[in-house]
Amino acid sequence: MSRDLILRVIGKLLIPFILLFAVYVQFHGDFGPGGGFQAGVILAAAIVFYALIFGLENARQVVPDWLVETMLACGVLIYAGVGLAGIFLGGNYLDYFVLDHDAIHGQHRGIFWVEVGVAVTVSGVMLKIFYMFASRGNLNGPEDY
Amino acid sequence: MAISVVIMIRSRNLFAVIVLSGIYSFLMATVLVAMDAVDVAMTEAAVGAGISTVLLLGALHLCRSDEAKPAHRPWLPLAVSVSTGALLIYGAFGLPDFNNPLSPIHQHVAPRYMANEVDVPNVVTAVLASFRGYDTLGETTVVFTAGAGIIALLRRRKKPGRDGETEK
Repeated sequence: MSRDLILRVIGKLLIPFILLFAVYVQFHGDFGPGGGFQAGVILAAAIVFYALIFGLENARQVVPDWLVETMLACGVLIYAGVGLAGIFLGGNYLDYFVLDHDAIHGQHRGIFWVEVGVAVTVSGVMLKIFYMFASRGNLNGPEDY
Repeated sequence: MAISVVIMIRSRNLFAVIVLSGIYSFLMATVLVAMDAVDVAMTEAAVGAGISTVLLLGALHLCRSDEAKPAHRPWLPLAVSVSTGALLIYGAFGLPDFNNPLSPIHQHVAPRYMANEVDVPNVVTAVLASFRGYDTLGETTVVFTAGAGIIALLRRRKKPGRDGETEK
């Protein structure tokens, strides 16, 4: 599969735009459709696409395993940290109104960081699952991706 | 969608089944767009058609691509699924009409959500991240747990006898 010229060229053309679209879905989630979960999945899909075309080892160099595993845990910690920040600033757990002097801005800030946490965890988990399955396949069968 | 489901049931070639389930997910996403649920449609297209197809293909890579003949006739599971489906369809007739503003779901807490006191234009994001923040934290934890479970089950430790064979 990795010898296919058309796939390599199209992949090189498309992957930056997929990544850009993931970032757009992430940061535009307040205004249009989308949010952390969708952005995380699209981000993971871009890297899976890269791994399918250019090989798993190259993808592992771009996004190494330690990074994926760190992302896995960091997302939940970011989310829970937003909740704790609410407590430290004098509100309830996951209370966003106290995160800024203006309550509405506090809400926006809270939602932003929560969505970042969701995206980080989701993309980490998706990539980890893909890496796990794909690396098993490489060991047992012929190397065709 | 019905055609792809029928072919999926009849086919014994698992590769065709996986590709057809991806097609089914895309059709489902278009249905969701038509019902104005763009957020769900985006998730369906990305997860159902994208990631899960790739993961199923990866799993197919590990096993044979033909489904084995079932050991016995599937009459009991068929009866259970058909009766459950009939029950659900019968229950769906009791639901209020789609887009009916007087239905109970639009009378309870939805007006407060739609009043949008957090001033986020996308109500779905506002509900998910702010009003239902605890639920989303739980969902994120579930996703994290799934990833941790996958790591615990599938990670191969480096055995002392074989050097450099596995990366981890």
